[in-house]
Amino acid sequence: MGLSMNGVTRIFVPGDMAARALGADDVARAISRESDERGLDIRVTRNGSRGMVFHEPLVEIERDGVRYGFGAMEASDVAALFNDPDTHPKALGPVDDLDWMKRQTRLTYARCGVIDPLDLDEYEAFGGLAGLRAALKRAPQRIIDEVKASGLRGRGGAGFPTGIKWQTVHDAEARQKYIVCNADEGDSGTFADRMLMEGDPFCLIEGMAIAGLAVGATKGYIYLRSEYPDAIRMMDAATIIARQNGLLGADILGSGKTFDLEIRVGAGAYVCGEETALLNSLEGKRGVVRAKPPLPALEGFFGQPTVVNNVISLAAVPFILAEGGEAYAAHGIGRSRGTIPLQIAGNVKYGGLFEAAFGMTLGEIVNKIGGGTASGKPVRAVQVGGPLGAYFPPDLFDTPFGYEDFSSKEGLIGHAGITVFDDSVDMGRMARFAMEFCAIESCGKCTPCRIGAVRGVETIDRIRDGDAGAMALLTDLCDTMKAGSLCALGGFTPYPVMSALNHFPEDFLPEGHKEAAE
Amino acid sequence: MTILPDTSVASRVQAIVSEHADLDGPLLPILHRVQSEYGYVPESAIRPLADALNISRADVHGVVSFYHDFHTAPRGRHVVKICRAEACQARGGQALEDHIRKVLRLNWNETSSDGAITLEPVYCLGLCACGPAALIDERPVAKLTGEKVERLVREMV
Ligand SMILES: Cc1cc2nc3c(=O)[nH]c(=O)nc-3n(C[C@H](O)[C@H](O)[C@H](O)COP(=O)(O)O)c2cc1C
Ligand code: SF4
Ligand code: FES
Ligand code: FES
Repeated sequence: MGLSMNGVTRIFVPGDMAARALGADDVARAISRESDERGLDIRVTRNGSRGMVFHEPLVEIERDGVRYGFGAMEASDVAALFNDPDTHPKALGPVDDLDWMKRQTRLTYARCGVIDPLDLDEYEAFGGLAGLRAALKRAPQRIIDEVKASGLRGRGGAGFPTGIKWQTVHDAEARQKYIVCNADEGDSGTFADRMLMEGDPFCLIEGMAIAGLAVGATKGYIYLRSEYPDAIRMMDAATIIARQNGLLGADILGSGKTFDLEIRVGAGAYVCGEETALLNSLEGKRGVVRAKPPLPALEGFFGQPTVVNNVISLAAVPFILAEGGEAYAAHGIGRSRGTIPLQIAGNVKYGGLFEAAFGMTLGEIVNKIGGGTASGKPVRAVQVGGPLGAYFPPDLFDTPFGYEDFSSKEGLIGHAGITVFDDSVDMGRMARFAMEFCAIESCGKCTPCRIGAVRGVETIDRIRDGDAGAMALLTDLCDTMKAGSLCALGGFTPYPVMSALNHFPEDFLPEGHKEAAE
Repeated sequence: MTILPDTSVASRVQAIVSEHADLDGPLLPILHRVQSEYGYVPESAIRPLADALNISRADVHGVVSFYHDFHTAPRGRHVVKICRAEACQARGGQALEDHIRKVLRLNWNETSSDGAITLEPVYCLGLCACGPAALIDERPVAKLTGEKVERLVREMV
């Protein structure tokens, strides 16, 4: 009995929130029950996600050091797995041999989905802590030089060079400096921060500790959105383990250096992803955007010099210190160096997280990697970069994935969320939603954003009711929002609106006129 | 309007504040704790919070009202948060929203008359490759259909 499970020592069932949302807990329970009933001695690990959301829950069994995948699994598929994994209808073969995995360049996500997220020994066995050890041997300036050499730019959206930001904080004189990790990940279509925190939390902690050493900050905060309860639990647990094992605290890895961190939970405000609103929120205030200057790098948390970096920017740093900035910069195009975790989302056949060097075209990402739409209908539009990002029609699919390449097409890569829509989408409605979202989430500080977004909704309604004159009004309104907003919420909402209007004007016609235009 | 002092809330709030005494900028963690204990932030908690933190009551009100997560009145025993953001819309989210509101006979941010369910919108749960998605209490669910949501809600109440 259970002959073909011979040699299987370990089974992986993701504990990732997406896998759980698709039934992974039931599958894990069924596996434990089956294993117990058959008297097998198999360790069940709740790993992170490998990123193939289309295969979740993706169960893996390990035999002779090879991991074989089964997906998407349901509890009712489990008995057959134990009877004969080799002929299981959901067998995918060795996971590392899957095309989707082989085509990636996994630098930041090398361990995500591979290891037990809270097993520090396993973390180390798979390359963890090498970056922090390298950093501890260097002067702070040499750490910063390495990050500069990597060409790493902020993955939170604005794309500011990380090394330069660190330099500013390093050079500032102050009694206390801070590292603040922006884990607010509010953009629709994005989940890279979540997957990393749930799948490899020590990687983020290591990156933050390195940042602390580089700039002379002994204290860090992770501002984590409340919509991610699993990531909160995981980061809390990982922080405690890190502290118990001397990875955080007054004597990091026996170096005599200090760094510790605290997890803070957001409260459901999109604008708190903006770095200065985030700092206000962290201080216990309303999440209102601050005017810049002063830069947070000089006057951040409680007026002290503060690095604010996205989760992925910080999680890229351990690799850079371990392997060298050059090794990271060897990937990519132009001024977009290294890799980017593409988050392929929406109406797409193969959705998930795909880490690749910058430079693939949008078309390759959507059609080759993503496999086109889930519905099987033609792709009509792709929103890149979250709710403030532009809608791209297939005509622009030759745009390479890079910061400058996208801005030259009136778009942005943002946090690298790629949301695919099929031809049933009503782009007039999506433009209206962009304005509605801006109105709901505005911090209220500037009129073009607070009032303009409400007017935007009304104006789009007028256009769709047949008032063609309102088109010019919408364009003017967008110009005013672009020019008169303090932050990118009001300033960039015109991107999705105007791209929808420019590329899909037919969707702004009133219902009756649409057919006539076709 | 004068608010009668509610001594039990006041003393509990003071205890919560002192548990957070070593934090810098502790108001959000404190409000999260108050809300997790009471289900909302009671009006009677505002003055003791303001006093204990040495800020004005208007400041506390301002913060509570700014954030979508904080509530000033009790919600249902169960909270259903449906994602309304773009990636879920791309997968049929709009039809699902309409269906759920019809079945539950609730609009956004409304609570059923028996106090069982509150329906809330949420803008992205990071489940954008497998939408439409929702959080039912703290449980994530994805690839939702009208039928699936109805079943989940029935199981819950
Ligand atoms: C409305 C708005 C929302 C934002 N949301 C986020 C977010 O959720 N996560 C993030 O890292 N950056 C977000 N940003 C960008 C931050 O302001 C900031 O640029 C970033 O955290 C800096 O880190 P980085 O250089 O590592 O990207 C947002 C900006 C705006 C204007
Ligand atoms: S643009 Fe909007 S969100 Fe940004 S600061 Fe102004 S009012 Fe606040
Ligand atoms: S007030 Fe409407 S855009 Fe300026
Ligand atoms: S858009 Fe619905 S989960 Fe992200």
